[in-house]
Amino acid sequence: MSDTHAQSVGFVQKTQIPPSPPPAAETGAFKWMRENLFSSTANAIMTILGILAIYWFASFSLPWLLNGVWDAENLSQCREILDGTSGACFAVIAERWNQLIFGFQYPSEEYWRPFLAFLLLLVAAAPVLFSKLPRKMLIFTGLYPFIAFFLIWGGSIWVPVFALLGFVAGYFAFKKLEKQSFAMGFFGGVIAAFAFWWVSGFITPDLSRIIPIDLPAVPSRDMGGFMLNLILGTVCISLSLPIGILLALGRRSQMPLIKWICVIFIEFIRGVPLITLLFVANVVLAYFLPPGTTFDLILRVIIMITMFASAYIAEVIRGGLAALPKGQYEAADSLGLDYAQAMRLIILPQALKISIPGIVNVAVGLFKDTTLVSVISMFDMVGMIRGPILASTDWNGVYWELFLFAALLFFVVCYGISQYSQWLERQLNTGHSR
Amino acid sequence: MTDTATDISSVNPEQMKVSDEVAIDIRNMNKWYGTFHVLRDIDLTVYRGERIVICGPSGSGKSTLIRCINALEEHQKGSIEVDGTKLSSDLKNIDKIRSEVGMCFQHFNLFPHLTILENCTLAPIWVRKTPKKEAEETAMHFLEKVKIPDQANKYPGQLSGGQQQRVAIARSLCMKPRIMLFDEPTSALDPEMIKEVLDTMIELAQEGMTMLCVTHEMGFARQVANRVIFMDQGQIVEQNEPEAFFNNPQSDRTKLFLSQILGH
Ligand SMILES: Nc1ncnc2c1ncn2[C@@H]1O[C@H](COP(=O)(O)OP(=O)(O)OP(=O)(O)O)[C@@H](O)[C@H]1O
Ligand SMILES: [Mg+2]
Repeated sequence: MSDTHAQSVGFVQKTQIPPSPPPAAETGAFKWMRENLFSSTANAIMTILGILAIYWFASFSLPWLLNGVWDAENLSQCREILDGTSGACFAVIAERWNQLIFGFQYPSEEYWRPFLAFLLLLVAAAPVLFSKLPRKMLIFTGLYPFIAFFLIWGGSIWVPVFALLGFVAGYFAFKKLEKQSFAMGFFGGVIAAFAFWWVSGFITPDLSRIIPIDLPAVPSRDMGGFMLNLILGTVCISLSLPIGILLALGRRSQMPLIKWICVIFIEFIRGVPLITLLFVANVVLAYFLPPGTTFDLILRVIIMITMFASAYIAEVIRGGLAALPKGQYEAADSLGLDYAQAMRLIILPQALKISIPGIVNVAVGLFKDTTLVSVISMFDMVGMIRGPILASTDWNGVYWELFLFAALLFFVVCYGISQYSQWLERQLNTGHSR
Repeated sequence: MTDTATDISSVNPEQMKVSDEVAIDIRNMNKWYGTFHVLRDIDLTVYRGERIVICGPSGSGKSTLIRCINALEEHQKGSIEVDGTKLSSDLKNIDKIRSEVGMCFQHFNLFPHLTILENCTLAPIWVRKTPKKEAEETAMHFLEKVKIPDQANKYPGQLSGGQQQRVAIARSLCMKPRIMLFDEPTSALDPEMIKEVLDTMIELAQEGMTMLCVTHEMGFARQVANRVIFMDQGQIVEQNEPEAFFNNPQSDRTKLFLSQILGH
């Protein structure tokens, strides 16, 4: 210890300097603006131009939006109320609300049915989307397709009941035969289900007469509006995911026949515009069917959109499968898991997780593409706007308001899907990744 | 000095065996990758309870050899018999052999989406159809054995490399295998973690597990192995008891290899 040291210690401050706020010009909004908006001359010019553009846009759109008329019988009445000032005619949305949502042929006293089906859809989807919810809720999810069919299409309850029982029969046959081999169980299950449906086809009419439980039937051609978009979107997305998985696995299969069938299917579908497939569904399929058979148009459209989406989803999932390290396959093999177990327990959970962004991308695209059915004269939301509503003498010419409304509805759904997927990715990423 | 495969096996394997029961019997096995002849005329008999260390230069076919034993790779000629079951393209046979033979990989290959416990119970539950509770008890038993029972509910990504490799060993043991294969289990690990994995393997060896281990840990070989096999260019060049193998190598290729890995 030297004197110098002892002295130097005297210069050490005994108390801590209290933290002082930075100079005023450097805080809060000012600081942020200076750093982000006016950091250089070029930046400042861009900022001012941007503000001008926003102002210009707002100066005519805001009055139009805010001055909108919500209550009018038709366009001329609306114009009278506006009296030359700028303003939207949202009255068309209020007046044609039911048509926009349900189409113009769905019986209005039955509107509660699709509405209830929609509410139940939220309940059924919840346990699939949020894994924290009790797994028992999945039972309802499994029943939902049959409930929804009964609610929306109506008719005898025995049709969906037997459809459901067919699946149950198939499942039990699968369980029985699965012990021998997976393939045997699978085909046994399929055969059992079809046999059941074939037999039940004879029973249903009599049973419906003896024990009539039914809702007034609504034929497929009466479906329309946003409801039709939702039906097509939900059904096609939920069907195309499992089919896409099978196609992706098939494409990587060791068996040349299966592999080539999948490759040809995927490449063919991806090479054809959806609208072409829809025309095929509308016209050509009917041409191939024996005359007199009615093959529901919605069903045909669902098949086409599902094929289209599953080809894309298959490619997304194939990417996920290829991204998994080879060691995962080898570890599963070396533990003695068979192909089905390895895929279901090890490979697919990881591959699907990687594929989420791509799958959501396809799902969002598919949902918007359901509006294409308007070109084959189905009255989905866009079909309703372009057809019955704009063609009516009352509302001829209110393009902006209607399409803005349609855009808004689609945006809400698609933005919701994309937000969900981001949330899911964050959930799956906590602690799992290596 | 010529070193053809025949005149070099200095000790007759018969003299090294620890029991009469044959665990693995490989006869005249050959394998090609396309036109590349990876394994040539491999003859190898492993008796129950033997601990065999396989070494050799990179690319000599060590991994390929032990991967052929549980059919991760297909061989094209000759025969492999594991526990009396002959490996053929019959999937039933392959699955049976795989559930009897445990394997540990260089990069652990744990399942990152499952917890440690789930990693260990998955195969017993689905392949052996063990009830979940029983499988979990077994898993905890082996996790204790590899000294990481407290990590059971973590995910592999949260563990160190050494811990992951020990979990991988426990995962294999949960299937109650009769034979364990190791493919360079310590070569992806930091030095301080190598020991904890080797200790686990030594313990396993002391319990009489039949082990085939590809490794360059010569200390481990000296301590545990009762036979060391040297491979080069797809052939078994030399095999001997560890003492004799290290102190008195017969072929030039073995000498060169040993001087390279022990020399520095
Ligand atoms: N899938 C494959 N296709 C073609 N060649 C391969 C394949 N796998 C390995 N090989 C080749 O076979 C030879 C033996 O490979 P192997 O992995 O068995 O060597 P190794 O002795 O384990 O080497 P290392 O010590 O580097 O792990 C090498 O030359 C390698 O390039
Ligand atoms: Mg290797």
